[in-house]
Amino acid sequence: MAWLVKGARLLDPARGIDRTGDLLVDGGKIVRVGGEIRADGEPETIEAKGCVLAPAFVDMHVHLREPGREDAETIESGTRAAAAGGFGAIACMPNTDPPLDSQGAIRFVLERAEEAGPVQVLPIGCITAGRRGERLAEIGDLVRAGAAAISDDGSWVESPLLMRRALEYARMFDIPVVTHAEDKRLSAGGVMHEGEMSLHLGLRGIPAESEVVAIERDVRLAELAEGRLHVAHVSTAEGVAVVRRAKERGLAVTAETAPHYLALTDRCLAGYDTNRKVNPPLRTAADRDALRGAVADGVIDAIATDHAPHPLHEKEVEFDAAPFGVVGLETALAVLLTYLVRAGHLPLPRLVECLTSAPAKILGLDLPGLAEGADASLVLFDPEGSWVVDPSRFESLSRNTPFAGERLFGEIKALFLGPKRIVPRPKSGGGFLFPDEEAR
Amino acid sequence: MKLARKDLLGLEGAAREEIELILNTAGAFKEVLQRKIPKVPTLRGKTAVNLFFEASTRTRVSFELAEKRLSADSVSIAKAMSSAEKGETLLDTVRNLQAMKIDFLIVRHSAAGAPHFLASRLEAAVINAGDGAHEHPTQGLLDLFTVRERFGSFEGLRVVIVGDVLHSRVARSNVFGLRTVGARVTLCAPRTFLPKGIEALGVEVETDVDRAIEGADVVMVLRIQKERQDGCFLPTLREYAALFGINRKRADRLKPGCLIMHPGPINRGVEIEPEVADGPRSVILDQVTNGVAVRMAVIYLLSGGEVEHGVVG
Repeated sequence: MAWLVKGARLLDPARGIDRTGDLLVDGGKIVRVGGEIRADGEPETIEAKGCVLAPAFVDMHVHLREPGREDAETIESGTRAAAAGGFGAIACMPNTDPPLDSQGAIRFVLERAEEAGPVQVLPIGCITAGRRGERLAEIGDLVRAGAAAISDDGSWVESPLLMRRALEYARMFDIPVVTHAEDKRLSAGGVMHEGEMSLHLGLRGIPAESEVVAIERDVRLAELAEGRLHVAHVSTAEGVAVVRRAKERGLAVTAETAPHYLALTDRCLAGYDTNRKVNPPLRTAADRDALRGAVADGVIDAIATDHAPHPLHEKEVEFDAAPFGVVGLETALAVLLTYLVRAGHLPLPRLVECLTSAPAKILGLDLPGLAEGADASLVLFDPEGSWVVDPSRFESLSRNTPFAGERLFGEIKALFLGPKRIVPRPKSGGGFLFPDEEAR
Repeated sequence: MKLARKDLLGLEGAAREEIELILNTAGAFKEVLQRKIPKVPTLRGKTAVNLFFEASTRTRVSFELAEKRLSADSVSIAKAMSSAEKGETLLDTVRNLQAMKIDFLIVRHSAAGAPHFLASRLEAAVINAGDGAHEHPTQGLLDLFTVRERFGSFEGLRVVIVGDVLHSRVARSNVFGLRTVGARVTLCAPRTFLPKGIEALGVEVETDVDRAIEGADVVMVLRIQKERQDGCFLPTLREYAALFGINRKRADRLKPGCLIMHPGPINRGVEIEPEVADGPRSVILDQVTNGVAVRMAVIYLLSGGEVEHGVVG
């Protein structure tokens, strides 16, 4: 199949491309980029005036829940949700049941992803065996099986000695150690940010410091080990400050934050909505603003969703009893466009970087981008297309979004992944299509 | 006047007029309770369910009596006897109760916000009988009633709350209620029991109990739970009693007319000495008596009941 995308804003910041023009995909490759293209043969023409054509997004922090919690998400449903959100590649966290701490588990994920469809899945292996924080997992084995990084996400590696060794050991494979920076001994059973709101709501608080001290320690250990550290889901202004200092000192430290931390604050917990219960928790407006600044100036490298599906019945309980986490794949772009780009906090090219080349670089993923001869891995979206978030239309098996009922701007029109095109039906229409003619 | 709300979940955000309406109505019911037959037919045919997921004697019996004195039909369920023990979710439990056409759900739960979670999903009026460390509005109201009964008004009063403020829903409801009606509030506790930034609620904070209670009109003593003696919040209960306990020596220095209150249950010898709890300044049992009248008022007003010139219609 051949497609000619006409009149789109071609946007690939990593290659310095930002101009209006056409792009031709044929046989799974980008044949021509830019200008007005008159193609031989009869490619399907897609009028894309007002739309943006960019490298397909990369989400470096997703929970696919398989194996173990297939009622919340499967690799199949999770990759469909990813495609619906414009993501061509996602990295999945190893806190499954059993955890991804063995070659077999990594292979299982890769096989299931291969069966599921064209979205690329990059498994992240455990740092420690069984995520127990006691001894290193067989990291070499995990990497050989296809792990792109290691993380005990959900838990911090509490032992500083073990974390140092992990950072040293991982250097042999040039993979980042992704830290869930939270000292749970300080969080002490908290369920939301500790501050004025927790005081009013009578909920146990998680102080900003339980993140800040953990990032600080890990940065020090990365320096000692001369290792590569990636800080997952930074949520605090002080956490940003620690990352900033680490970068200024030339350490191999990178960081991500999630759309919900850039959009929301702890104020929105007034109604005890468990679909806003996340870990780390939604922080204050000052934290949110610092995160926005850090994304704009590059201290935070990437935006990742931390897509964390939970079945309805587990979220429809008392606030204390609900699990942490929100789904994010299908709303990420629209939330970021609505809350950051349209509101003037972030230029679109920087947003695209945060969703493409930045996470790809951290994961060591070769991003084809908008280059002639490259494999097609492209997303086409209409930044002005608005829709109302209706969780019942999600591809994800779970519905736990904090944005339900909100009108957001930014609609995915198509995803081109190799020889396939994936066309989400309009969000108002429901359902989602992997067109048959492009199926393998 | 009528109370224009479906539920009573907390005193935060309650208007002064609402609080005064409840207190005035409680005054009328207190009079009813002193009659030979302390019962009115007002809520005949209405049904109340008391759902208690945490241990309680005082509050549960108080609500039950309030319902019976109003002639409502009432049922009480404790967690140990409920389907929660079989793994049923809270929401399913109350949906089943709703299906049996109840009018009032009185709920106590260890999770803050549990009554709010239910209130938004039920037709029945929900009354918070204590949710985690959040609020216990009827306790706050009965404390306010007891204070007003003695002093006539709240103007110029200084109330000192001593104890585990961090874990106390009673403290929060009292702070919100007392601030709304115009009293000054001082919180006194070990630093570990004072939530960071608590001053934002418009209260004064004092960690020296002797300075805190000097010149106070009311000293509200909070229960110190034994499990707090974990070496993290408190070194020992002994040290707490020495530094913060309301003992005879301290009680003797209180100004004349100063009331000593306690929401119960009391840990005698820890936060308060027995002689003080049972002494002339103590209104601890009046609080309990008033609790029934206040809860009658809340239930009556939430059922749409009206009050004309302090007379219950």
